[in-house]
Amino acid sequence: MADAAPPLLRISGVAKRFNQVVALKSADLDVRAGEVHALMGANGAGKSTLVKIITGVFPADSGEMTLAGRVLRFRSPAQARAAGIVSVYQDPAIVPDLTVAQNMRLARVPLDAVKAAMRDLGVAHVDLRQTAREIDFALLRLIDLARAIASRPRILMLDEITAALPADLSERVFAVVREWRKRGSSVIYISHRMAEVAALCDRATVLRDGVTVGVTATQGAADKIVDMMLGAALRQDIAAKAAPVSRVAYDGGAPALEVRALTLAPALQDVSFSLRRGEVLGIVALEGQGQEELFDCIAGVRRAQSGQVLADGKPLASRHPADAIRAGLVLVPANRLQALLPQRSIHENVALSTLGRLAAWGPIALGAEKARVDGAIARLQIDTRASSQLRRLSGGNQQKVVIARWLAAGFRTLLCFDPTRGIDIGTKRQIYALLREIADQGLSVLLFTSELQEIRLACDRAIVMFGGRLSGEMPAAEADEARLLRAAHGLAPSEPVAEPA
Amino acid sequence: MDAEAKDAGANWRWLARLARALAMPLLLAASLAGTVAIHHDFGPFEIQSLALGALPLALAAAAQAIVVISGGIDLSVGSLIAVSNVLSASLMQHASFTQSLLLSLVVLVCGAAQGLLNGLIVAISRIPDVVATLTTGFIWGGIALLILERPGGGAPAAYLNLAAGADFSVWLPNALIVMVVAIAAIWLPVRHSRIGLLLYAAGSDPVAAFRSGVDVVRARTIAYVFSGLACAVAGMGLTMTTGIGAPLAGSYYTLSSVAAVVIGGVSLNGGRGGVAGPVIAAILLTLAPMALVFLGIDPNYGQVIQGTLIVIVVMIGGLFTHLQSAK
Repeated sequence: MADAAPPLLRISGVAKRFNQVVALKSADLDVRAGEVHALMGANGAGKSTLVKIITGVFPADSGEMTLAGRVLRFRSPAQARAAGIVSVYQDPAIVPDLTVAQNMRLARVPLDAVKAAMRDLGVAHVDLRQTAREIDFALLRLIDLARAIASRPRILMLDEITAALPADLSERVFAVVREWRKRGSSVIYISHRMAEVAALCDRATVLRDGVTVGVTATQGAADKIVDMMLGAALRQDIAAKAAPVSRVAYDGGAPALEVRALTLAPALQDVSFSLRRGEVLGIVALEGQGQEELFDCIAGVRRAQSGQVLADGKPLASRHPADAIRAGLVLVPANRLQALLPQRSIHENVALSTLGRLAAWGPIALGAEKARVDGAIARLQIDTRASSQLRRLSGGNQQKVVIARWLAAGFRTLLCFDPTRGIDIGTKRQIYALLREIADQGLSVLLFTSELQEIRLACDRAIVMFGGRLSGEMPAAEADEARLLRAAHGLAPSEPVAEPA
Repeated sequence: MDAEAKDAGANWRWLARLARALAMPLLLAASLAGTVAIHHDFGPFEIQSLALGALPLALAAAAQAIVVISGGIDLSVGSLIAVSNVLSASLMQHASFTQSLLLSLVVLVCGAAQGLLNGLIVAISRIPDVVATLTTGFIWGGIALLILERPGGGAPAAYLNLAAGADFSVWLPNALIVMVVAIAAIWLPVRHSRIGLLLYAAGSDPVAAFRSGVDVVRARTIAYVFSGLACAVAGMGLTMTTGIGAPLAGSYYTLSSVAAVVIGGVSLNGGRGGVAGPVIAAILLTLAPMALVFLGIDPNYGQVIQGTLIVIVVMIGGLFTHLQSAK
């Protein structure tokens, strides 16, 4: 592979925006023939947008894409397939009500080639007459991979292919990918697992904020890649103000929330931690490392297979979110509209959760309700100019309404799942201050955030999840972004730090 | 998984498939046996009236099933039937038998064209199927009234006899033969070609189908064309069995076809089921009010029975899903 060789796939200056949101500003990617090329980037860097443009799910706004010198402009995945670009997505593109064999016919892939690929992947025992609905998720991903290989693409795109795969099957996948490269075909490999990328890939392209920031050989470059993914954020972090420290003295009582060996295979494996009263505990993880399942289990949306959740020292067996709410655990979900009634007023939305407390039977005590709700609205400085319909509020104000609802209703521990996603910086600051204030009153906050600097701005302590397990724990003061990101990629897990008492 | 476990799995699946395939025929056989037990004189006349009554509904059920399998729903089925009913009755009123057969082709083309229009409106405008076909249903219903203001028209006796007679045996009315032949002619080519695969894929998981290279929009449009075709046959069947065109007679078929589809084991979420189940369900839905007459009960209880059947079937379906996910 001489550097002079022209790349098989060349992407230059590709940009894409969705209404106001710029997903890609200027992405470049060169993939050579016979190369396994990693595509890296933090959450929201524009990876998945780029993948969807390459595979024809939607067209780019501008920029150029050429395959072996020929200009490409796809309008559907079928066209990308015909040109020799085939992708294996995180959720298998296998139709559940068709049999495996029918799924192969659907994509016009010869069955013999699929069977050969399935043998190579070690899943030859799957009965092709089964409907996909009857097959395990991990096996389906391998069948999807076998189908992609059988169509003999020039470029194979693998999106987090090893997620949800047991180790032995992952090894098989690696062997097949190496074999694939030997035959002169190319692979674009997307993964959060730095160790895999280093072992399998030749080069890596790193995206940040929709721009390609660098291309590097992967051998021994894990730290360099992390630095590129972080970029200016790393420098900003140095300027960020020091972490606040909880003003509530540790009283030695039972923790507000304790999680013991919580397991929900395969997403959650033996997760344990505790949250003190008056503490804001941050959780950091890349996408899909088990944080959704963790919050669901604590909030009573799902039941764990084993392990315990204790609220104020008392074991909690939630069968329904109402059980968790009664125990004082309330959830502020990532998708604000999940929690709100968008066509109703701010007042009604805030009052919703207080109804049970104001009047169990009979008419609602409107006076008492109004007092509580107005108090909460004033405290959060919610902009009430568009109060008649919640959907007209900005995202930040909607999020404040969710928090105001729980303030009006009362709670002991606030579970916030990425509450500041897509919110302007001013409102973000208000929400940090609010979480701090809540903690200072002796209540507790568990905060999952996809923005690393929030740990220093809002939390007392941080834990990091990777692959369904805890991979690091540190006081917020030591949680600089580089350290968090390394732990989040499963690199050099930091030693658990003694609890600051 | 070792070979033995695999065999056991395959056997279990085979059994489940067999049970699913036999459930509806067995239910129909049991209902027929029950009806005969109530009404000892059950004979050619009863069979004939059952077949006549079931013919249009069976075709409506097939039409609805095709659309629902592909992930849509067609609330214009009744109006499509009404249009082809009044169109055939007014065109054929003074025609000869041969001319009537040729005019049948015209009606079929009209039906397919109406279905195509339904499909294109859904595909291009991206209006939800329920809203789009409800709207076009009003339009076709209005057109049926424009073609024939009040019940009337007709067709040559030989043409009517195609469905109303019993040329082979008094036990085998022509209507039953027309039903089976027409539905097989529409469904079998679909089921055993790539089109069928596309319809099931589009209904089962449109995203996965799209990523597998399926043109989901086109697949669903094709489903509406076949639905229109089946409705055209249903409308002509109505002409043959009643002898006239009636612009308002179609309205019964819209919701009854949905009922037949649900009872016949087609998932309203798309991608699952076939056409045989809904067709048998259509016969059952026709049989129920007949049996009530024999019992001396107000046949209007037929609606109550229809509703009860739907609730039971949906609950059993839900129970199975629950048991499977709990496994």
